[in-house]
Amino acid sequence: MSKGLDRSLLIVVVLLATFGVLILYSAEQIDAPIKASGIWTRQLVWLSVGIVAAAITYRTSFRILDWAAPWIYGLSLMLLVLTIVGFGSGGTGTASSTSSWLTIGGVRLGQPVELAKLATILMLARWLTARREAPTTLKGLMPPIGIALLPALLVLKQPDLGSAMVFAGILFVMLFWAGVAPSLMLLAVSPVISLFLAWSTTLWSIWMVILFVLLLVIRPFIVESILVFLANSAMGVMAFVIWNRLGDRGRDRITSFLDPEADRLTTGYQAVQSKMAIGSGGWFGSGFTQGPLKRTGLIPEHWTDFVFSVVGEELGFVGVVVALGLFFAFLLILVRIARRASDPYASLVVFGLVGLVLTHLFENIGMTISLMPITGIPLPFFSYGGSFLLALFLGLGLAFRAAAEGRAASYVD
Amino acid sequence: MIVWESWRVGDRAGQATVVLSLLFLILGGAFFKAQVLDGAEFRVRSAGSRLRSIPLLAPRGEIFDRNGLLIAENVPGYSIRLLAAKEDSLRVILARLDTFLPADSLNADRVVARWREAPYRPVLVFASSEFAVVSRLEEHRAALPGLVIQAEPSRRYPDSSVVAHLVGYVGEVSARELEANSFPGAVQGEVVGKNGLEVEYDSLLRGQTGVRYVEVTRTGHTVRDRGVAGSVRPRAGASIRTTIDLPLQRFVDSMWRDAMPEKRGALIAMTPQGEILAYLSFPSYDPNAFVGGIDFPTFNQLNTDPNRPLFDRVIQATYPPASPWKLATAAMGLKRGLVTMDTRMRTPCTGGYQFGSRYFRCWKRDGGHGSLTLAGAIATSCDVYFYQLGLMIDEDAILEGGAEMGFGEKSGIDLGREKASGYPTARSYIRRSGGTSWSRGELLNLAIGQGRNVQTLVGMTSFYAALATDGIRRAPFLVRRPAGAKEWNLGLTTEQLDGLKTAMADVVNLGTAAASGGRELKVAGKTGTGQFPPQEDLGWFIGYAPADDPKIVIGIVVEEGIHGSTVAPYVVQAIGKFLGQPVRGARVAVTEDTTVRIGDSLSVVPLAIPPDTGQRGPRR
Repeated sequence: MSKGLDRSLLIVVVLLATFGVLILYSAEQIDAPIKASGIWTRQLVWLSVGIVAAAITYRTSFRILDWAAPWIYGLSLMLLVLTIVGFGSGGTGTASSTSSWLTIGGVRLGQPVELAKLATILMLARWLTARREAPTTLKGLMPPIGIALLPALLVLKQPDLGSAMVFAGILFVMLFWAGVAPSLMLLAVSPVISLFLAWSTTLWSIWMVILFVLLLVIRPFIVESILVFLANSAMGVMAFVIWNRLGDRGRDRITSFLDPEADRLTTGYQAVQSKMAIGSGGWFGSGFTQGPLKRTGLIPEHWTDFVFSVVGEELGFVGVVVALGLFFAFLLILVRIARRASDPYASLVVFGLVGLVLTHLFENIGMTISLMPITGIPLPFFSYGGSFLLALFLGLGLAFRAAAEGRAASYVD
Repeated sequence: MIVWESWRVGDRAGQATVVLSLLFLILGGAFFKAQVLDGAEFRVRSAGSRLRSIPLLAPRGEIFDRNGLLIAENVPGYSIRLLAAKEDSLRVILARLDTFLPADSLNADRVVARWREAPYRPVLVFASSEFAVVSRLEEHRAALPGLVIQAEPSRRYPDSSVVAHLVGYVGEVSARELEANSFPGAVQGEVVGKNGLEVEYDSLLRGQTGVRYVEVTRTGHTVRDRGVAGSVRPRAGASIRTTIDLPLQRFVDSMWRDAMPEKRGALIAMTPQGEILAYLSFPSYDPNAFVGGIDFPTFNQLNTDPNRPLFDRVIQATYPPASPWKLATAAMGLKRGLVTMDTRMRTPCTGGYQFGSRYFRCWKRDGGHGSLTLAGAIATSCDVYFYQLGLMIDEDAILEGGAEMGFGEKSGIDLGREKASGYPTARSYIRRSGGTSWSRGELLNLAIGQGRNVQTLVGMTSFYAALATDGIRRAPFLVRRPAGAKEWNLGLTTEQLDGLKTAMADVVNLGTAAASGGRELKVAGKTGTGQFPPQEDLGWFIGYAPADDPKIVIGIVVEEGIHGSTVAPYVVQAIGKFLGQPVRGARVAVTEDTTVRIGDSLSVVPLAIPPDTGQRGPRR
């Protein structure tokens, strides 16, 4: 391990963190009395806590993490169970009606789901590197799917649809990095695709034909082929049953995503206001701290879930491109670190971070502009909130370590 | 572990880079579409969702009399409005407002109803408040989110009831008026003319409403009152100068109040060319009460008052024309060449006229007037002469003659609420009620201003103005004669016209008893007394002065308890006031004449002539 932090990663992280704090400062500059005072200074405190946490993980060997992964994973599952069995309380913003906060004696300790995301990355990395080869059968995929599904089901129980999606994102990104064939992954998720296409008989029929061709081309085991086909058929039938069981809240989320204008005053309101704010920004925006919709309190949750709407409104397309560019650079640097990591475990962990950040980023930014349904997951470096920031910086510490180890072992650099 | 071979990892990193690039391109593309391509539309929507427009009312133009005296002016005032997102919160704020202003009566339901019409606009609470009220509210502004106070000029009529029917009043434009587009360009909350000159010349007086935008937060507080782009300054309305002679108007008003308090009626004075000098209807009301919204008790009282103060008796009331009508009959006869000024009728007046089975009386029952020329008949107002003239003119011509002179129409004055006079247009109109055949007896009634013939004061007076000038009846006016206003040529030659004028002037010398004698001022005109069952008599006077060189035409009608001759002295005083002459004495033709029977309505319906009873003798 050579001395020093990866310079490009450091620069991008510092820029993103600074950008985020500045936007939170702006988020506080409003004319309407809304509970957003003092957030940017508190975020600074969280940042320093995060830096300390990163420093700790930076000094932690991947060997120890590899060994401790099951314990960390087990602990995070336990904490998730606690939130479900009565120690949970509502969060803020879009997720206010969930019970994502671990609360003991009325003290809100944090959101265990953020820890669970890291723990799942560690656990998946452990399982995927424990074998000589990547799984080549659907049966072989079952254990890693199980590792991700377990915490995902627990957060769905809270219920937190967004975070459950993050576990799926982490899973597939890591399976890909571990060398699992994309076609195999497609077969694995095919029942879910069936579920979503079932609302249109035509689309679903086309999908089933494609699936059949895929099975012929990929040629998994006969039993697996039949199982996949049956599962898809069953999902197509069950879709309506599931839709009916989804509950009003889930249905509202989905319908308002499909047509936000249809229901402006309730669920669609956030999507409409956010997109209006972003759109009104134009090329250069209304100016830092000057966003009129933000100032009048007309952007919902503009310091947590919809913080990127502030970027769009005040800094315009130029500001958005800068932010997206920084995120893009950040992810490419992580990919580079994963590629050059000195051992597969570290590589998979870093790539798991790519999955984590990418899912958060795409889902959060996508929802501000109505590309994605509205869920309450934070935008890395921008959204106000301690738990996620802490988890992110714990992961960043690992990335810095992997970078340093990789550089030391590399012949190329 | 073959999957972790460097080249395979490198492959996957390459694929990952491609996927990442695609995802970021999707995001970037979505933002490009929203911000760059659709940015303008979203900016408009953003503004719409946080900005509320508040109308900036333009000061109305002032209204002057012919001497430059103010009839309607603007005084500083403040409007108080509220912006509210929900009805509940509006009610809460209104309740608070009420506690801060215990003295003012606040009708919360009315404000809420107004708010419902346009929930995104600031709703008017008080249209004209004083500075003390405003400063009290400013103290409590923090507790009153959405409060918008604006300096807004408010209308005032310094002469109050003296000019009420003339000038009308203003008020907030109603939802129905907005829907019907009665006031093009008016927006909700705007003040428009509601009556009189204010409504007639509203498009000139109103000016152009400006607009100011305020930002409203989600909680309904207004922020950053200034500096929000897009304000439009209001443009003041144009002032208008009327033909009214305010000193004369005031004089007539005080004279009427002194001499005939409680009496209903109207007076109009104009130059022979039709410029209206005085315009009064009694009883009157205070138009200032309507400015900024009249309170219900006052409105109710005005509406239920049996004397109907809101009723404009100059242009909206129609009365049986009685004796002043005889000049119209004379004009019809002259025009058709049936008579000259010197023509005598076959039957001299012996106090009545036998026609068929009926006996039609002359007003002078005892002895009658004897044999008269037309000039003499005009001077003495002899009914018997005009009965025979009516028979000479005959059915078709008498219907036609009235129409030719405009007696079935509006005078054309520049006030939209004028009511048309009523004159028969077809034989069926003058058939006896219940009967089926034309009765020539009806001709006798029409000839002396009876029957189904009701005229407005303004219409009769404009007819006399035509007699006093060139024989062309033109629309009288307060500001200007409406474009395309009708005119009616009475069809008289200059000699005939001069003959009528001479006869009118002779009335002063030859006519029966003058209530106010004198030599200075010669007033030519006709009095008339109509019966107005079940009420008391209806008194007319229409005339002009000086008789040999007309400068003012004046018409007056008093609804009850007044004999035609009684009003003459007041007319003389009013004329003297206008001409600036000390009136020590004047000769006025005050001729007693027949009565007219009409229905019990104030205005319209004349009583149908009772069926022939076959009895001879006086009807009364």
